This record gives sequence, structure tokens and C-alpha cells, in this order.
Amino acid sequence: MNDMTPTREQREAKLEGMGCKRKRVEDIRFTQGKGNYVDDVKLPGMLHGDFVRSPHAHARVKKIDDTEALKVPGVLAVITAETLKTVNLAWMPTLAGDVQMVLADGKVLFQNQEVAFVVATDRYAADDGINKVVVEYEPLPPLIDPFKAMDKDAPVLREDLAGKTTGAHGPRKHHNHIFEWTVGDKDLTDAAFRKAEVTFKEMISYHRTHPSPLETCQCVCSFDKIRGELTIWGTFQAPHVIRTVVALIAKLPEQKIHVISPDIGGGFGNKVGAYPGYICAAVASIVTGKPVKWVEDRIENLTATSFARDYHMTTEIASTKEGKVTGLRVHVLADHGAFDACADPSKWPAGFFNIVTGSYDFPTAHLSVDGIYTNKAPGGVAYRCSFRVTEAAYCIERAMDILAQKLGMDPAELRLKNFIKPEQFPYHSALGWEYDSGDYATAMKKAMETVKYSELRKEQSALREAFKRGETREIMGVGVSFFTEIVGAGPSKNCDILGIAMFDSCEIRLHPTGAGIARVGSKSQGQGHETTWAQIIATEIGIPADDIMVEEGNTDTAPYGLGTYGSRSTPVAGAAIAMAARKIKAKAQMIAAYKLEVHEDDLEWDIDGFRVKGLPEKTMSMKDICWAAYNSVPPGMEPGLEAVSYYDPPNMTYPFGAYICVMNIDVDTGVYKVRRFYALDDCGTRINPMIIEGQVHGGLTEAFAIAMGQEIRYDADGNVVTGSFMDFFMPTAVETPHWETDFTVTPSPHHPIGAKGVGESPNVGGVPAFSNAVNDAFSFLGSTHIQMPHDYWRNWKAAKDLGAVA
Amino acid sequence: MIPGPFNYYRPATVADALKLLSTLGDEARPLAGGHSLVPMMKLRLATPEHLVDLHGVADLKGIRREGNTVVIGAMTTQHELLASDEIGRSLPILDETALLIADPQVRYRGTIGGNVANGDPGNDMPALMMALGASYRLEGKSGAREVAASEFYQGAYFTALEPGELLTSVAIPVPSAGHGYAYEKLKRKVGDYATAAAAVVLTMAGGKVATCKIALTNLSETPLLAEDAAKAVIGTSLDPATLKKAAAAAEAIMSPAADARGPVEYRKHVGGIMVMRALQRAAGRAS
Ligand SMILES: Cc1cc2nc3c(=O)[nH]c(=O)nc-3n(C[C@H](O)[C@H](O)[C@H](O)COP(=O)(O)OP(=O)(O)OC[C@H]3O[C@@H](n4cnc5c(N)ncnc54)[C@H](O)[C@@H]3O)c2cc1C
Repeated sequence: MNDMTPTREQREAKLEGMGCKRKRVEDIRFTQGKGNYVDDVKLPGMLHGDFVRSPHAHARVKKIDDTEALKVPGVLAVITAETLKTVNLAWMPTLAGDVQMVLADGKVLFQNQEVAFVVATDRYAADDGINKVVVEYEPLPPLIDPFKAMDKDAPVLREDLAGKTTGAHGPRKHHNHIFEWTVGDKDLTDAAFRKAEVTFKEMISYHRTHPSPLETCQCVCSFDKIRGELTIWGTFQAPHVIRTVVALIAKLPEQKIHVISPDIGGGFGNKVGAYPGYICAAVASIVTGKPVKWVEDRIENLTATSFARDYHMTTEIASTKEGKVTGLRVHVLADHGAFDACADPSKWPAGFFNIVTGSYDFPTAHLSVDGIYTNKAPGGVAYRCSFRVTEAAYCIERAMDILAQKLGMDPAELRLKNFIKPEQFPYHSALGWEYDSGDYATAMKKAMETVKYSELRKEQSALREAFKRGETREIMGVGVSFFTEIVGAGPSKNCDILGIAMFDSCEIRLHPTGAGIARVGSKSQGQGHETTWAQIIATEIGIPADDIMVEEGNTDTAPYGLGTYGSRSTPVAGAAIAMAARKIKAKAQMIAAYKLEVHEDDLEWDIDGFRVKGLPEKTMSMKDICWAAYNSVPPGMEPGLEAVSYYDPPNMTYPFGAYICVMNIDVDTGVYKVRRFYALDDCGTRINPMIIEGQVHGGLTEAFAIAMGQEIRYDADGNVVTGSFMDFFMPTAVETPHWETDFTVTPSPHHPIGAKGVGESPNVGGVPAFSNAVNDAFSFLGSTHIQMPHDYWRNWKAAKDLGAVA
Repeated sequence: MIPGPFNYYRPATVADALKLLSTLGDEARPLAGGHSLVPMMKLRLATPEHLVDLHGVADLKGIRREGNTVVIGAMTTQHELLASDEIGRSLPILDETALLIADPQVRYRGTIGGNVANGDPGNDMPALMMALGASYRLEGKSGAREVAASEFYQGAYFTALEPGELLTSVAIPVPSAGHGYAYEKLKRKVGDYATAAAAVVLTMAGGKVATCKIALTNLSETPLLAEDAAKAVIGTSLDPATLKKAAAAAEAIMSPAADARGPVEYRKHVGGIMVMRALQRAAGRAS
């Protein structure tokens, strides 16, 4: 061989395939300010719409007077529920089987609810118009406390549901009740508790917060009256679903609806659902025949479109004296706000909360969830998590710490004692899931060794003694979290959205020169799909990642997919990509065999092409095969080299991880300092370690925010008191701790490339690590559970309540 | 978050600015850095019909020493304070405080004049001005007057400024060489206003506090001069009991509002702690 022949390593490296820390190709445009977001879409004659919103949490709408508004120069129309009724769109279906007002119909049910839509020639005129619309309200008593929702005399919120004793998910027990969802064996669980040597019960709340992507929700709707076609540019995490929903509710033929998700500035679940803004902009465009833009501002985003969490979880564990868990019982009071607009797979009213047994071998468990209405914004979206998995992980991880405290055991030891063992996989959990793979003890021990766990505990004991002697005002906590996620929704046997199975898809077309395009049904919001999807293809078919263009988000060109949320892209779309690539490879092998004049079975794959077994110098590269595909295919074979795959996953994937947080808290001010945060993630096969690290950094930063202060809080009258970034905690680089990341690799046995998904793990696992650190710090003063968020004043209050400050 | 309509003016002299303000009347507002006023306009909490932008008035800029006084033009930005050698030398507490105001973007635009004239109890400079014994030069069409910072603040967004008046400069007596100073501010994150903050300027003699001024930010409708707290530390070596006494005296005059930063009790409690910490740090710096 001459010196010019690349080595195997060089050929491998040139592909920049799986495992390579390939730089993000989308960053070339993002870092130069050349992204193309919805607000960059500017069409000739485009109008702007904006909402009149309710100042009240609960009120009757007596009258809407638009006379003065219509006199404002530039204001063209004021749309109200009455207008929408003429096209049967005053209400819209939600993803959770409920209906939601598009514009206030007789009543408002939460502060900042959409009341009227003002359409004008520019945004300023629209806002001037809003200020001139006069709405007469008759305030009604607001229902804010979820624990009072099912009181006998609780105000009736949803008058439209009067007399409906059954909802989308079964019987309703009360006028403010939405559903009850139960899983598990009640009798067996009750028996386990009766026999248990040790039990405890604690109400663990996960407060209401918000995904708060930096780019808010927005759209441009443009209806072409001549063609009868509606084009919608929107911040949609699931563009195809939006197309189908629009077809169903607007009664437009689906082929005449074009949905385009351009670059998206973060989604985190906020951009899965359908919002009144989309409907109003579409109706306004259909009525005026002009494009209409709607862009939320920050306050609107935080207060109106899709909160997350708000789960109040009464948790009980049964255990032996030695700390072997024998049963789990959880009741959740789920505050869904004014309409049930959760974005879960349709048959899952509480998402996959039944992953609440976590990483532990519970012989039996029972779960019930009551969903209720309150005078708060609707939503309940999966904020960087797979459908209520974050709530479940927080619940069980906090509960394991409480049990450890009760038993006088170390929380890490308690976890090691109860982990599902490697030989138990595939593991059938007491609440009905089949965990695909895991090696929990190895990950936990690696984490403990890296942070020198036992030394931390010694330091903590010494500091506690010093605190008791009055020598310091600081306390120290070590927060341990070991989470198991369930992602990759999902198998058609249990997952659908409005009847559409939750598969995903990929179409790959290779061009004659050995390059190609891959179109995928997922939709990146910053995750880096353009980079990583090409890496999967590079490894599968030997075309350099740089030569594959990845395209997502245009429903006219991308194959139907269910979009990106719930860490489903790699588990589902990623699998479809690998499967499409394998179809291509199979055809390529036939072409290569024909050209090399051997039988297909005599060929073997070698990095970037085929070679004849036993004759390593007889090869045909993928690049050459691409050329041949367009001029000399075997007789009878169709020319071209392309494939489509729709992938219906056989199971979910179950990523896991071990996180440890070390924190000190000054009891006098409540100010905390995160001294160390170590995150070990096992997401199976790693496609791009750099992107994984970035995802983990981002998710941990969100987890930090949520645990330490980020909340949507209402006062007793139903006013949102945290409606801007001044009060809604969005950490900057200054507040954000340093992150240490690590990994183990336990591939998924059923996924084509063994990958599990990682984007959401750090949010899921991070929150309990922070909260456990705070709780661990205070535990020696006598507390068992302190509710989140752990912001400064609440830490001080905890210290005060425990007698540690005067 | 879209402001209502307004007219925009950009005068080149103080006289022109004053003329505009008096002819345009009550609905006119001076615009400095805009980092307090524009957010209020975007929420339509402020809806001025006329904005008189002061950026074209060269006379309102600059930092100069006049004997034992430092005079700072109203339109001097917080960033310019940080960049000034004169401030670094004679009024280092201004640097310490400016660095605790928001972020570089805000400091590039936000002015000292706007900060002290605004009347928001969350602004940090006013308490500092009280502790330093500063005065403000107010000019109106009927002439100029000097008002002490300690006399200027009347309530949240209510100040001694009369309609049509401009605050043109701030005059700060230079504290004696060897003075100790500290600004202690508890905030939730970068870009947040104080949960509680305390400014201390003191001198020490023979290990004991000789003179002391203490002022508080965001612990009442206006900035507060904590006179009893300051009296309590004079002649002491700031032993723990004295510090506690000072904190208690300061807490006695605080009346913060409960907000997302915490309930009243917490804000007062940490207000006291800020006083103690500022006293200790200031004493450590004094010579
Ligand atoms: C995110 C953010 C965080 C912030 N955090 C802090 C903080 O922690 N601490 C703090 O102190 N500040 C903070 N600020 C405010 C900032 O310092 C402002 O710049 C300052 O309060 C006002 O100065 P300005 O020059 O921007 O004034 P403007 O906003 O232009 O004006 C403020 C008010 O003063 C009036 N005014 C301005 N100049 C004059 C004058 N010469 N004569 C008479 N009236 C005048 C205006 O009419 C207006 O009513 C923050 C601002 C932002 C946006």
C-alpha cells in the first residue's frame, strides 16, 4: 500500500460517526445570528395579532366593548368568542381529551386568560387597541388551593361540564374533578403495609413551574384564498401533529395545510400543545386573507401557555427494619388548572407517573392520581422530561431519603440495598413497566468513589458538631439521587396522540456524488439533530457526516413524525434513521456485489464500503456505490438509492444515572452554595459525547433553577406573583454551579443502535439531588421533609422553624 | 410589553431641555439611560406623551473634583463611574455598589442621575448618597437649588423634584483618607434588586468607631438613614453585642413589603445582617 492510502483510523475519523465529538453544524448559523426563527418570518402585508387578557382569576364576562379599539389607527378587527362561534372555534379540543376556550366564552377561569384578539397593521397598533377594549367583569370567588378543589362548597369552575359525570378518563367525583387514575395491586399493597416493620407517610409537593424557553410561543398564519391553502410557521415541537389537529378542527383538507417549524429557540415541552394564539392567528388570516403574526411576550408565556408540574404526592413506603422495601403507596393530587391541557399520550392522564417505583425492586405498589381543576393557567406539560417522570423521580428519590433517615441508614447504602439487579433485566415493575436494561450498582458506586462519598459524610458530621457548639452558622448537605427515566414514547400498543401511534420516521436520499439528505419526523429545538442524525447515518452507511444534510420541521417534505419531546427523538426517530440507513445499505450491498462480480454473501462491510471476504483489496466504497446506483444497477433493480423507515418501537428505553450534590447553607440568610455537583449518566450508546455533555449541562441548570427557586406562584386571589424573569428564577452563568459529568454505558437491547436518550435525564435526576442536599443539610436539626423551592427565604424559614435562628 | 405612543425630543442644552419640559407640561418625562423608565413604559405603568432624551446634553456628563467635593454629571453612566480613576481613588464605595447593579449591559446605559432621581426604593445609589452626605443639584425654569440626598426621598417614586425640574448633578463630599466603607447587598441573582442592602461609611480611631453613617436600600418606601444604628456603634470596637444592637436599631426603622424575595420578617432580618456585615467589612478597611 502506498502512503496515500488512508489507514482504517483515518477512514473512521473522516466519517465523524457515532462516538465522535463532532462540532454542532447548526451552530455555524446560530453563533452568527443567522438562525431563522418564527419572528424572522416577515411576509408582505403581514398583520399582527395580540390578546386582551383577563386581570381576574375567575369572573363572569358581562360585556366586551370594542368601539374605541376599532377607532385606533391600524386596528382592523377585534375577535371575540362570539366571532369564533360563527366558525365553531370558540372552544378547541385539548390533547388530554378536554376542551378549552380559545377566547373567553361567558367566563374567565385564570388570570391572563385570552379574552379578545386584536388584529392590526403592526404590533404597536395592536397593543394600543388592546388598551381600548373595555371588558366588563363580574368577579367570582377564585379557587386557588388545590386541596380545597373538591370541597363540597368549592366554586364551580367549569360550567360547560355541568352534569357530566364522566370525563375522557372515566368517572368524575366532583364538579372540579377531572379524572382518577389508578395503577397497581391495592390489596397486595395494603397487605404489605399491614405487615411492614417500618412505614412512613409524607406529602411531597412538586411546585408549579414553567418550561420558559427563551423564544416564546409564536406563529405566522398565511391563508391563500385562491388556492385554499393555509401555511403556518410556528414554534412547534410536533409540526405534523399540529397539521392533523388543524385539519380536524378547522375542517381544511390536510394536503392544503403546510406547517413549518423553522429554527426553534428552546421548547422544553412548552411548544407541544396547541394554543389560542394559533387558532386566532389562523382564523384572522382566513378572514382577512392576509398573513397574521402572533408572538407571545415573556409575561404571557409564563402566565398563559403551559405550566409544568404542580403535583402533590402523598407518599408511603413499607420496609423491613433492615431497609428492604416491601411496598409503595402514592396518592397524587394533580392541579391541572382551568382546562386539562396536559400534553401526554392520549391514554395516559398522569403520563408515565407509574415509573414512580424508580430504580428499586418494590414487590408491590399502588398509585392513584386525582386530577382537579383550579383557577390557574392550563398545561401540565413535560418540562424537559418524559410525561410526569420528573415528578415521579422526585417523589421516589425524596421518599428513599426519608426512609433512610427513619431507619438511621445512609441514603446511598439504602439505595444500593434496594436496586433492581443487573440479572433482573428485563425487569417487570410492580406498576407495569418492562425496564430494558440497567446496571445501577456499578453507576452508584462509581459516583460515590469519584466524590469520595464517605469523606464527605465525615466532613458533614464534623461540621454539624461545630454548628451545635456555635462555631459556625453553616450547615452542609449531601444530596444523592439515583433516577430511572422512561423515555421514547412510544410503542403503538400503549402510546398514541389523538389516535396517531407514536412512531417516528426518516427518509434518506443519497445523491450520485456520494452525499445525501435525511429528512426526519423529529424537530430539534436546540438539541443538535442536524449534527447527531448525520453521525448515525455516517456510521451505518459510511458516508461522512459532513456530506449528509439533515432536514426537519417542514410537513411537506419530512415524513410524518410525532415530534421531539419526552427524550423520544433518539429512541424513536434515531431508530428510524438507523433502520432507513440499513435499508439503503442492503440495496448498496446488491449493487456492490453486481459491480464486484461476486455473490452478496461474499461481501463484508468495512467502515465506508464493502469488501470481498478474504480479498481485502477488492472493495467498493459507498461513494462509488452511490454513483453506480444512478447508472449501473443490477438488471431488474430500480435505480436510485433512497429509503424511508417508520419505526414503531417495541418498548420504551430506560436511561438512568447517579447524581450527587454537595451544598452548604448559611442559616442566617438562607443563602446556599453548591460546592460540587457530579452527574453520572447512562444513556446507552453515546452518539456524540460533546452534545450529551451540553444537554446535561443545560438540564442540570434547569434542575438547579427549579429546585432552588423557579416557580409559578399565585396569591390567594389568583394573581401570578412570579410573572417575569425578575421573580421567576432564571439563573445566569453567575449563579449556575460548575458541573462534573461522567458516564457508564449500558446499551438498550431493543434499540437498533442501543441508544436511550439523554436530553431530559439531568432535569429529572437533578431536581431530587438538589432538594435532597437541602433536606440532608437540615435533617440533623429534626426535619424530615422541606418543600421546594429552596430559595433563600425559605431556607431561612426552615432554619427558623427548626430553632436554628432566633 | 409594548409601549404606548409618545413623542421624542433630543435637546442639546440644559436650558433647552428645561424649556421643553416646561412647555410640554406634566405629560413630559426626561429620559436618561431608560433602564428604569422604558421597562415601565413597556408594561404601560408609565405612559408619558413626551420623552425628553438627555443624551444630547453634553453639560450633563462627566466627573470632576471641586476641592473636597466630587461632582458627577447626571448623565454619567454606571460604567463610567467604574472606569473613573477619581471615583476609584476618592469614592471606592461607588465602584463597589455600581458593580452590584444588574449587569454590564444595564451599567453601560443606566446613569447616576436616573438612578438617584427615579425614586424606586430598589435603586442602590440613593442609600449610598445618604450615607456619603451627598446633595443633588436641581434646575428648573425658576433657577437652581441644592437638596441633600437625605431630604430628597418622600415615598416610592415621590421625590423633591418639582415638575419641570431636572437633576443636573450629584455632589459628594470626599470622605477622609483612611475611611472604611462597605455596601452589602443580598440579592437572588444577577439583575435582581436588593432583598436587603446596607451602606456603611465610617472612620476608626484607636480601634474604636469614630464616625459612622449607615443607610439602607429597599427596606422601606424610601432609602433610609439608620441614625440610631450608627449612634449605637460610635465609640465601640464593633463587638458582637454592639453589632446586634446596631442591627436591632436598624431593623426598628425598616418597613419592607412582602414580595417574591421573602416575607417582611425575613427581609428585616437579613437587613439587620447586612448592617452587621457592612459594619465589619467597613471597619476592616479603615485605617
Ligand atoms: C434588569 C435590570 C436590573 C436592574 N437592577 C438594578 C439594581 O439592582 N439596582 C439599581 O440601583 N438599579 C437597577 N436597575 C436600574 C438601573 O440602574 C437604571 O438604569 C436606573 O435605575 C435608572 O437610570 P437610567 O439612567 O436608566 O434612568 P431612566 O430609566 O431613563 O429614568 C428613570 C427615571 O428618572 C427620571 N430621570 C432620569 N434622569 C433624570 C434627571 N437627570 N433629572 C430628573 N429626572 C430624571 C426619568 O424621567 C425616569 O422617571 C436595573 C435595571 C434593569 C433593567
